Amino acid sequence: MTRFVERHPAWALIIIIVIAVALWLIFAVWPQGLEDAIGRKRVFLNAVFNGITLGGLYFLVASGFTLIFGLMRNVNLAHGSLYLFGGYVGYAISASTGSWILSFIVAFILTALVGVLLQLVVFRRMEGQDLRQTMVTIGLSIVFADLMLWACGGDFYQIQTPNWLIGPVELPLVTAVKSSGEPVYLRYPLVRLVIFTASIVIGVAMWLALNRTRIGMIIRAGVDDRDILAATGVRIQLVFVVVFALGAGLAGIAGVVGGTFQSLSPGEDIRFLLASLVVVIVGGMGSIPGAALGALIIGLAEQLGSVYIPTYAIVVTFLIMVLVLAVRPQGLLARR
Amino acid sequence: MSLAHDARVTVRPTAAVQRPKLRGWPEIDNPAIWIVAAILLIMPLIANGFFLIEIFATTMILGIMALSLMFLAGYGGMVSLMQLTIAGFSAYMVAVFGVSGNANISLGWPWWLAVPMALALATIFGTLGGALAVRTEGIYTIMITLAIGAAFYYFTNQNWAIFNGHTGINTVATPHFWGVNWRADIPFYYIVLAVAALCYLAVDYISRAPFGLALQGVRDNPRRMAALGFNVNAHRVAAYAFASFVAALAGVLQVWNYRQISPGSVSVGACIDILIIAVVGGITRPIGPFIGALIFVLLRTFALDFLVKLGLDGNRFRLLIGLGFLAIVFWSSDGVIGLWQSWRHRQRSAAARSSGRHSQGSGHG
Repeated sequence: MTRFVERHPAWALIIIIVIAVALWLIFAVWPQGLEDAIGRKRVFLNAVFNGITLGGLYFLVASGFTLIFGLMRNVNLAHGSLYLFGGYVGYAISASTGSWILSFIVAFILTALVGVLLQLVVFRRMEGQDLRQTMVTIGLSIVFADLMLWACGGDFYQIQTPNWLIGPVELPLVTAVKSSGEPVYLRYPLVRLVIFTASIVIGVAMWLALNRTRIGMIIRAGVDDRDILAATGVRIQLVFVVVFALGAGLAGIAGVVGGTFQSLSPGEDIRFLLASLVVVIVGGMGSIPGAALGALIIGLAEQLGSVYIPTYAIVVTFLIMVLVLAVRPQGLLARR
Repeated sequence: MSLAHDARVTVRPTAAVQRPKLRGWPEIDNPAIWIVAAILLIMPLIANGFFLIEIFATTMILGIMALSLMFLAGYGGMVSLMQLTIAGFSAYMVAVFGVSGNANISLGWPWWLAVPMALALATIFGTLGGALAVRTEGIYTIMITLAIGAAFYYFTNQNWAIFNGHTGINTVATPHFWGVNWRADIPFYYIVLAVAALCYLAVDYISRAPFGLALQGVRDNPRRMAALGFNVNAHRVAAYAFASFVAALAGVLQVWNYRQISPGSVSVGACIDILIIAVVGGITRPIGPFIGALIFVLLRTFALDFLVKLGLDGNRFRLLIGLGFLAIVFWSSDGVIGLWQSWRHRQRSAAARSSGRHSQGSGHG
């Protein structure tokens, strides 16, 4: 941190100013002039919160993607299909048993199993052939998409939110002050907050697992140099299988989350594949903190964009990607 | 300018030994090419309008798009998923600048003004995208071009001022001059055939020209080429510019073919279809994309009847395509061409072995 400030004082200053302005926008009561210029504070706060929670969802999808890429150099373009598969499994479980928590567990296990199968049956045969693996994942995503269309049809599904999570909560953030001087607080759906907290917990757990455990050490070593790691006697194929299972399982969990606060339908797989692509390009391939930062930026850009410049929301996301590529082609937080 | 100069100066001495072989057109010796060309030329006598347009013209249009991808992937080592996006952009530009049913959007220029404009803009668009993509390498290129393609798709869906949202632009006018309606089946077939042949020959020529050789050098070893004084990125961006122009030509033909353009035609799935076509056909030779396109179009057109006849669900066409693609990627590194070549090779070596044994036997006797 201090090294970053020392090396890029101008950038550090800009970042600090941006953060300060953002904090002021979130916590202060907006003066009348500002409300006239860019609309009500409630709209802004809602967009910010939607962006942050969407970022949480993107992080869940993209972290698995970036983990698999970082270790195996495998651009898994079937990752969106795993997301949608997890969502459908979660829907089936929650519709038949009524348990929301159970649907997460089953979706994680089943998509992780699919990931293990993919790694053992397909990718192991073509190790080191990046391009061919990518082509195979494209073929797989087409096959999966059509199989899921066959099985589930083209309808929209939404996973039932459990009763104890329905309804808004009041947050200690003032959106406006009534004429009587009484402050109005922001009300926000509880389920989104819970999901966002859960994605933070998962992210922190992943960071701890990668940085504080032995298997995490092995995985990080594999990201840096796979061949040397194999030469030191680590059973690298086993590590590959574990990482693929974890990445796929995370996509499955994300599918259940996405199915709860958005909806599931054919085409969502490509949407989330694109989202994770952009997130990891922005954040840096193979980096978990990068995925978190990228997901936050893209989620916020998408939501704020769709509120303030509705026609060009996608373009904003895209422009961010272009900007990052132009300034830092390896991504914001990538090491190389 | 300096780029072409560099390439010429450096390539000449090294390629001098092989030049007769490199500069020639090996196709001229091959009778199969002449037969195919003759059949394609007299096709309107054999086939009816449906086959002419729905099968052959569509095949060639998709083939040209896939050819642009083949040029980038085969000679430049850059797998770009945005070739369809460039074609779609050019198609949109033809619709926007030319005459169409959406009078509030189209500027109503005559086709001979709208088409060059569309080609130029699409080439610029593709070159800018390429300049972005060459900042990264290998598999990153796939991701960035896929992201560009997807962003364009969502943008056309959301933008109503230029791209008319998800309805797209309909009843695009087609050229009409010298008393000929060039969108009538037979004239249109010949236009498409001429453009396809030109693109094919251009790619074939460039692959042997100094620029193409330098590009293949960049593909095989960018570091060494940079050390030799080649500007690696400039070669790559130039390759993108050429491929974008080829794709833009296909886009113009496509919008004339369907007379409409909508976000559905530039969707991510369609972008991936172009990759499938190129890979299934084979990405080492310019003929591959056309073979792949023919297979794709035949499957797309007849898979439904075929599957129903087998007693299966006719809607599983994409499953068939996906499985076929997987099979090709699994068993052949070079698509159908690769399969054909390895089969030929096996035949030849089997023949050589049997004849060798024969001569050996006779020598002993």
